[in-house]
Amino acid sequence: MTVNTTQQKTACFHCGQPCLQDTTVQDGNSFCCAGCRSVYQLLSGARLSQYYQAEQAPGVRPAADRTGRHAYLDDAQVQDQLLDYAGEARARITLSIPQMHCASCVWLLENLYRLESGVLRSEVSLPDRRLVLTFDKQRISLRQIVELLTRLGYEPEIKLANLDRKPERRTNWRLYARTGVAGFSFANIMLFSFPEYLSSDGIQETGLSLTFRIASLILAIPVLLYSSADYFRSALTGLRQRTINLDVPIALGIGMLFLRSSFDIIAGIGPGYLDSFTGLVFFLLLGRLFQQKTFDRLSFDRDYRAYFPISCVKRAGDAESTVPITQLRPGDRILVRNQELVPADAVLINGQGSIDYSFVTGESHPKELISGDRVYAGGRQTGEAIDLEVIREVSDSYLISLWQDSRLAAHNRPSLTTLANSIGKHFIALVLATAAGAAVYWGFHDSTRLAHVVTSVLIVACPCALALASPFVLGTAARIWGDQRFFVRTPQVIENLSQIDTIVFDKTGTLTQADRQSVTYEGVPLTSYQKKCVAALARQSTHPSSRVLAQTLPASIESAVTDFAEIPGKGISGTVDSRQIRLGSRSWVQGEGSAVDDPVTPPVDSSVTFVSVDGRVLGYYRFENVYREGVHVTMAELGAEYRLALLSGDGSRERERMSAILGSNAELSFQQSPHDKLDYISRLHDRGRQVLMLGDGLNDAGALRAATVGVAVTEDSSSFAPACDGILEASSLGSLPRFLAMARRGRTVIIAAFGLSLIYNIVGLGFAVSGKLSPLVSAVLMPISSVSVVLFSTIATRLVARREGLC
Amino acid sequence: MSVVLLLLLASVLVAGGFLVAFLWAARSGQYDDMVTPSMRMLFDDDKPGGETNKKIQ
Repeated sequence: MTVNTTQQKTACFHCGQPCLQDTTVQDGNSFCCAGCRSVYQLLSGARLSQYYQAEQAPGVRPAADRTGRHAYLDDAQVQDQLLDYAGEARARITLSIPQMHCASCVWLLENLYRLESGVLRSEVSLPDRRLVLTFDKQRISLRQIVELLTRLGYEPEIKLANLDRKPERRTNWRLYARTGVAGFSFANIMLFSFPEYLSSDGIQETGLSLTFRIASLILAIPVLLYSSADYFRSALTGLRQRTINLDVPIALGIGMLFLRSSFDIIAGIGPGYLDSFTGLVFFLLLGRLFQQKTFDRLSFDRDYRAYFPISCVKRAGDAESTVPITQLRPGDRILVRNQELVPADAVLINGQGSIDYSFVTGESHPKELISGDRVYAGGRQTGEAIDLEVIREVSDSYLISLWQDSRLAAHNRPSLTTLANSIGKHFIALVLATAAGAAVYWGFHDSTRLAHVVTSVLIVACPCALALASPFVLGTAARIWGDQRFFVRTPQVIENLSQIDTIVFDKTGTLTQADRQSVTYEGVPLTSYQKKCVAALARQSTHPSSRVLAQTLPASIESAVTDFAEIPGKGISGTVDSRQIRLGSRSWVQGEGSAVDDPVTPPVDSSVTFVSVDGRVLGYYRFENVYREGVHVTMAELGAEYRLALLSGDGSRERERMSAILGSNAELSFQQSPHDKLDYISRLHDRGRQVLMLGDGLNDAGALRAATVGVAVTEDSSSFAPACDGILEASSLGSLPRFLAMARRGRTVIIAAFGLSLIYNIVGLGFAVSGKLSPLVSAVLMPISSVSVVLFSTIATRLVARREGLC
Repeated sequence: MSVVLLLLLASVLVAGGFLVAFLWAARSGQYDDMVTPSMRMLFDDDKPGGETNKKIQ
């Protein structure tokens, strides 16, 4: 294929994409399309061209806007559900804008008031991709704001899910507060205890020493009641469910520390262990903070509502109105335009349906439908606008039934006990045995020291260093993975990943690139002139195949296409430079009565478009999925360690290719419905396998939820991903073997850190059973054990990551 | 003796002040977004007509 290399490849001044056709120049800057230029005009007109200074080509190419698409925002009920606050004059709304990505975006969105005086204040949170906007309802409507943002290329994502739950995230400030209180008390109590550390026989002035002790006790009370409350609660919950988690020995230890200390202080025996107590709680909470500070900006709980639009166009007679889709009832007539989603199960009344179900079933080729056919919610129309009659309410549709599948509820995903909890169980048995042994021994020898020894044992046995190992290993790993574009819902997922033995892949969108297809031509070779004519015709259509063709073929010739016609389900035709060109199905391009010459037969079950010039069929273009780069290597690496399987919604036309990629041992299943995929995973579990499922669309959602670990593969982490345990950006798919290797090694690191902390516990126990655990020993041992375990966990994890080439 | 008590009280009061400041900061969401404010401070303030993002409430 000859490609016209004289094309200019200037980057668009606004969006940075290469300028091909339609290049327009203004003020000496090139733009790739009219949309980008109009944004530039809008901004420079409002003296906002500073936008282009913070970053190079910061813009987003605006999508073609259809007027009236946002009409539903005028509906008072919709507004009521979307607005955070609506007063007499002012209103505030939080919008999710996935397109924002750089400092320039922040600057522009925070300077919206200079474009529209009705906008009073706008504030961006870039990690959340959120814009909080306050506006004057008298001067600007919500719809106008959304339309302005759309015009600028920052179309807010307003989906069905926004109606139910307003984005609000302020969950972990409590943990900050608990940690802050513990740190405050810890530091001050250490200060108060300083005199006790320094003088061997206590402070001479008893009044002063008592004052310090009482002050320490007062400061320790909020730590017990507020900061460490979660540990007691968790231990109680565990006991009530008749399981012993790691929080049980922790709660026992810190509870004992406090009781023993208050007893010592009140009875005037000694200064107690309040510095150890508060320090311990502080370190434990730091560990929690470290673990909890993960990727809360990513939504791991999305269901169909995050994908469905809020409204659709309803037809009543000749009148069209925009209604929220929750108000659709069976019997309603709706209009679905090109690239719009079918919101509810319906019957096609009018028009040629070409429904892309890739989101529901995984099948990547559009299904051609005629009137009377059933259309399922979640399909996307490609082609002309169609009329539908709703047969079921949105919440009853086939797609949504996936979420209410009783099998999902009945079939709980296998729960893996965490390493920490399973060790905790043995640990507490050991502690209680030691305490009992010490009690018996001292009971015979010196019963006055019995209580002292038993409480000492319980204090030093507190597995705080043990409790710090997992959070710091897994938290560090989660951070490193995040830098490599693999985001896990909780660091615990990493531990679960270390135990899987089977990996199941979805094909379309996971192993193949969702938005790219390769085109090969078979038949009578086309001249470069003919190719240009075909390209000119293909550019006229919005059909996915035409768009791919237009992109791959050389630039079209100048002459205009006349007599253009698009027959949905058949193909397109037109006259270019007095030549009749047809693209489409075989029967369509052949035309009536023309002779069948030079027959070219494409392989069965493949996706092809025939081409004819002046009634003569010349050949066909074959479209194939493009596999992601390096998939072969990745699969070979994974195949050496894990069992591999493939679940594809597509037909079996690529069985041989897939078998070559995944290896001959892999199980390949084709034409799998979402329910089939779910069943397949469940069957694997019944056979005792731990499964990692990788998928991309809603069609994999059931399987992702059923698997031990479900990971969604997306092009961009801020775009849609179904409910899952982790989000892996497609560009990092090749690193999957290294992620898994690191998860396995991370487990070893945790065990090593457990060993380290056990040494401290044993040393402490040595002091305790011999009755020599003084407050000073405890005050030295406790921070050293915590800090060294934290350092060991963090450094060892980083070393493992470096060895795997992940940081 | 009473001087020590006074100092004790004063030091706890000062530290308590910092604790309250920290709690307020955590409560008001200052730890929610650590990225955007660092960008915002780099923007120039050469706004035409001297307008600023109007303060609400």
